[in-house]
Amino acid sequence: MNKKQKGKFGRFGGQFVPEVLMPAVKELEQEYERFRDDPEFKQELDYYLKDFAGRPTPLYHARRLSEKYGIKVYLKREDLVHGGAHKLNNTLGQALLAKYMGKRRLIAETGAGQHGTATAMAGANLGIATEVYMGAKDMQRQRMNVYRMELMGTKVIPVTSGSQTLKDAINEALRDWVSNVEDTHYLIGSVVGPHPYPTIVRDFQSVIGNEVKQQIMEKEGRLPDSIIACTGGGSNAIGTFYPFIADTEVKLFAVEAGGSGMESTDKAALHSASLCVGEEGVLHGARTKILQDPYGQILESHSISAGLDYSGVGPELAYLAETGRIKPANTSDDEALAAFHELSRMEGIIPALESSHALAYLAKVAGSGELGEIVVINLSGRGDKDLETVLEKGAL
Amino acid sequence: MRISDKFDELKINGDGALIAYVCAGDGDTTGIVHALIRGGADIVELGLPFSDPIADGPTIQASIERALDAGMNPDRYFEMVKGLGVDVPLVVMTYYNLIFKRGLERFVKDCKDSGITGVIVPDLPPEESGELGGYCEGNGVDLIFLIAPTTTGGRLEDILKRGTGFLYLVSRLGVTGARDDVAGSTKEVLDRVKTDKPKAVGFGISSGEQAAEIIKGGAQGVIVGSAFVDIIASGQDVVRRLEALAREIKSSLG
Repeated sequence: MNKKQKGKFGRFGGQFVPEVLMPAVKELEQEYERFRDDPEFKQELDYYLKDFAGRPTPLYHARRLSEKYGIKVYLKREDLVHGGAHKLNNTLGQALLAKYMGKRRLIAETGAGQHGTATAMAGANLGIATEVYMGAKDMQRQRMNVYRMELMGTKVIPVTSGSQTLKDAINEALRDWVSNVEDTHYLIGSVVGPHPYPTIVRDFQSVIGNEVKQQIMEKEGRLPDSIIACTGGGSNAIGTFYPFIADTEVKLFAVEAGGSGMESTDKAALHSASLCVGEEGVLHGARTKILQDPYGQILESHSISAGLDYSGVGPELAYLAETGRIKPANTSDDEALAAFHELSRMEGIIPALESSHALAYLAKVAGSGELGEIVVINLSGRGDKDLETVLEKGAL
Repeated sequence: MRISDKFDELKINGDGALIAYVCAGDGDTTGIVHALIRGGADIVELGLPFSDPIADGPTIQASIERALDAGMNPDRYFEMVKGLGVDVPLVVMTYYNLIFKRGLERFVKDCKDSGITGVIVPDLPPEESGELGGYCEGNGVDLIFLIAPTTTGGRLEDILKRGTGFLYLVSRLGVTGARDDVAGSTKEVLDRVKTDKPKAVGFGISSGEQAAEIIKGGAQGVIVGSAFVDIIASGQDVVRRLEALAREIKSSLG
């Protein structure tokens, strides 16, 4: 295994893209190398993260939750980032990079609309024309997010191919990029896709873990025993974990969506747990763990939380899971819903259904001693966007 | 039949190659392939359908969906190809995950055993192709690379060195799909790509007139896909119209 190979994490990652895009991903790789440590770029990004996004976010000691589970629980409050989720950390970084690269247009994919909204915010703020691909089915389910994007001047383009959800929106965004590669930056929303995207998005999201490290040292004078983050594509998870990778005494739990069961039908999985039960394959430009049938056709995924509902996972997470550095886990739709209600009632914080999967893992294993004495949970987003879904479940 | 033998044969006659693409499993594939060959197709590129075809436009996406719904899969594909009984080179076009999942070596052996002599993988750039290329070479199967208007410099040289069979020149930025004109970038790419290997131009060709212009511009072949698939999608008089369109284009290549 060649760990040093560029753009690879062990044997995972790579650049499996149409020839037309190869020069573009190579250009992006070079330009990112050029600007990532550029003082002017860094200063400008820091400014936006602080004054526009509202960073740093607090590391909050959840007292009542801690009492209930008998361990000290800290919540990293990414729900307080402008827009209500960690997504803006990445979109600001990439939109600024696109501006430095002289690109005149941003395109993005979105599932439920969170990444699309965060891209719309960054695009509007930096004055770059923005178009977002969104599955036609998702557009119906998430009308308010469509409207939010449109309010900020973004054009939302319905995707009617395939299953009309996130994976098809990515396919369509890639097709757009193939056609408009010269003036357009494709702003991917997670640590997926061809190299250098998994690295770029990880770096921009690592602000989460860097802050956690500093904050926990201030509060506890030591590192936590474990960190829990929900994992779809995996951007909030790797962003939280990455600064702790070398600190092997800190256990890292990547909690995927167990959906309504860990089985699959012919064309669809009932879950989105690619790290837990996916098989190796190549999807959207990278070799990683994916949900697929015995022939290699991609299965549709399922989760109550749209942000975790994806058939693949970031290649670096696949690598870290294989080496044993992170531990993949999963919690179901129902367990996530219960955790959603619990945090709302006990702490006065309504969590996103995505983050509720991480919270549910606390409830599931706190009694086992596996998490140690101090645990940090990344509260990746707020739950206002999910109220309709929760209401439909009739769960009060 | 090897692709190079076909190009040698065409060269003697001063003929350009018509390379016809259809997706296996969309309609009566055996009947369709024979109609294309009767019309003059020199090489048949037979798509093996994948659920997430990112390099394809709406026409071929829809064809792939119909084929998958009809139950096409790699096992049936190779079974069907074995029974075709044709004497032109056959090329499989599919996405990398299907090859990866079957196992690279097994996939290439299946190609060889079923009479396929070329492989095109639109999401496999040369940088990632070393392993598959090795199996292809060992089994007498050509690995055909795409060259885009954006392919330049050292990468172009690398592809010219690695590519066997023919070089697949993508005539414009974008996905597959029929267009009425010949892109300005086509001539530019043809001039820029200097090689002894045969060059075939694809993406957007739908008529004899366009095809003639491309051959005049220095190509040894044209690849036509969406225009044939449109006929299959219509379901109207498919076999006769496919044969007629193939004949129209082929007759303009001489």
